[in-house]
Amino acid sequence: MEAFLEGVVRTATPLALAALGETVTERSGIINIGLEGSIIAGALGSVVGAAHGGVWAGFVFGAVCGLAVAAIFALFAVVLRADQIITGTAVTLLALGGTGTLYRLIYGSAGAALNTPTLNPAAIPFLSKIPVVGLALFAQPSITYVLYALIPVVSWWMYRTHAGLALRSVGENPAAAIAAGVRGKRVQFTAVLFGGALGGVSGATLVLAQAGTFVEGMSAGRGFIAIAIVVLGRWNPLGTVLAALIFGAASALQFYFQAIGTNLPYQLFLAFPYVLTLIALAATHGRVSAPAALGRQDLELE
Amino acid sequence: MSQTTAFIVDTLVHATPLMITGLAVAIAFRAGIWNIGADGQFIAGATAAAWIGVSAPATIGWLALPLALVAGAIAGGIWAAIAAWLRSRFAVLEVISTIMLNFIATYGASYLVRGPLQEPTHVFPQTSSIVAGAHMPILISDTRLHWGFILGLLLSVLTWYAMKYSATGFRIRASGMNPFAARNAGLINVPRVTSGAFIVSGAIAGIAGGVEVCGVTFALYENISPGYGYTAIAVALLAGLNPLGVIGTGILFGALETAAGTMQRNAGIPATTASVIEAVVILGVIGIAQFRSRCSVSAT
Repeated sequence: MEAFLEGVVRTATPLALAALGETVTERSGIINIGLEGSIIAGALGSVVGAAHGGVWAGFVFGAVCGLAVAAIFALFAVVLRADQIITGTAVTLLALGGTGTLYRLIYGSAGAALNTPTLNPAAIPFLSKIPVVGLALFAQPSITYVLYALIPVVSWWMYRTHAGLALRSVGENPAAAIAAGVRGKRVQFTAVLFGGALGGVSGATLVLAQAGTFVEGMSAGRGFIAIAIVVLGRWNPLGTVLAALIFGAASALQFYFQAIGTNLPYQLFLAFPYVLTLIALAATHGRVSAPAALGRQDLELE
Repeated sequence: MSQTTAFIVDTLVHATPLMITGLAVAIAFRAGIWNIGADGQFIAGATAAAWIGVSAPATIGWLALPLALVAGAIAGGIWAAIAAWLRSRFAVLEVISTIMLNFIATYGASYLVRGPLQEPTHVFPQTSSIVAGAHMPILISDTRLHWGFILGLLLSVLTWYAMKYSATGFRIRASGMNPFAARNAGLINVPRVTSGAFIVSGAIAGIAGGVEVCGVTFALYENISPGYGYTAIAVALLAGLNPLGVIGTGILFGALETAAGTMQRNAGIPATTASVIEAVVILGVIGIAQFRSRCSVSAT
């Protein structure tokens, strides 16, 4: 049971990081389907960064790569006000293909970089001794603790600062926000970049805290799952992270069932998070309200 | 066969699934439906076609081919119908649902070719070969080019005609352009029209899967689609969502993929470069369109 819970938090961490960033992006009225692209770029970037400057350099370079991909999205979707869905799809395609190409160019078709430094679980004294959930919550790689710290910070920023108010007002009522002097495009651009950076950290987590290496397409749709998590978490930071745990549990089930041995086909468990996404999106229908201006491309901001 | 002929043949063979899935995407996008799920619908169609192709008795002869293609269309349609239903009943964003369904289709096919549909020796993750009656006839002898290419051309022309001249085509275009005007001024049942277009889009992508199985692979494999459904978006957008234009852009991307494969073998340039080019094409098309519309707005 403890191993299962530990797996839940471990698999939920990258999802929660990406979803937290996307929450901020979507609160500004922009839906960034290109998040998947930021994640895969962050994953490759982290391998390169970690090889040159150690694990934390890997996270930083991963964030930079995720941010760079998001900047492409923002250029088209925010500045040129192109359709967000199409732009996001194209950016994802670009990043998935681009990382595959770069990876083979850098490391050859055999794929080296197996000696990437990784982040080992670091148990927090006392807290990790709490029965049942102690090990699961407080004996994780330290990037998980960064996530814990980000939740209250982002919440506070979003609900208690002027900048956070500006963000939410652009997403809810851009005309009023602009009339009040908010620089709409700048807010959206920054929100997209923030989401991309966290997407990059999410990808870096996949490599540096989990897989230990880069695999083409290793983001495996997590960006899209993260977008569903944002809906399920009702566009608020804490809700998003709790929703991510549900998806972590769905993914961790496969390890659990593998451990106890079962006749069920393994593809069933691999497909389960995606099925859950569909069910979760259908189940939350009517009980949540998205930012009013989410996805609108026809707005003239300033 | 000269190298040029070989390249042209390969291009048209590659173009066939891209053309048909591109057509599927174009129909959906015209209706204002962001169907990113042509890949899953393609896999569903390929699976159904392979199932019919493998299990059809030899006595029905060539009838196996139309049966397999129809099965492909139905399976693709059903796969899209799930997303269409989620959209109309629960307002689930079809972008997310179709991408989830792509993953589910991939794992579903993976299960089938390693489970119930696996070839009898249970060595390879694939189905047995489909019966000879389900094979798509060859268009030019001694090449791989099959009649699926002609089928793709016919579907494109048919769709073009229906979109341009039929009442249904008008309803689809109106719903996509402005759903509110379509409902209020045109008395169009928008949810019904768009769901219908979504399902037809899925059925066409399913036919593409069936054509691939009956014309090229003759069995169902894991990873039967190298991402056709995603390339299809570039094919459709570059064609300006015009069903006739899809023929040209499908062939263009077919040539691109053929060249990418050749470059990987001969020059070591990764084939993933093709999807980078596709993405740049999509961004280029929408970038230019936005830039133009902004220029015209500021000029007035």
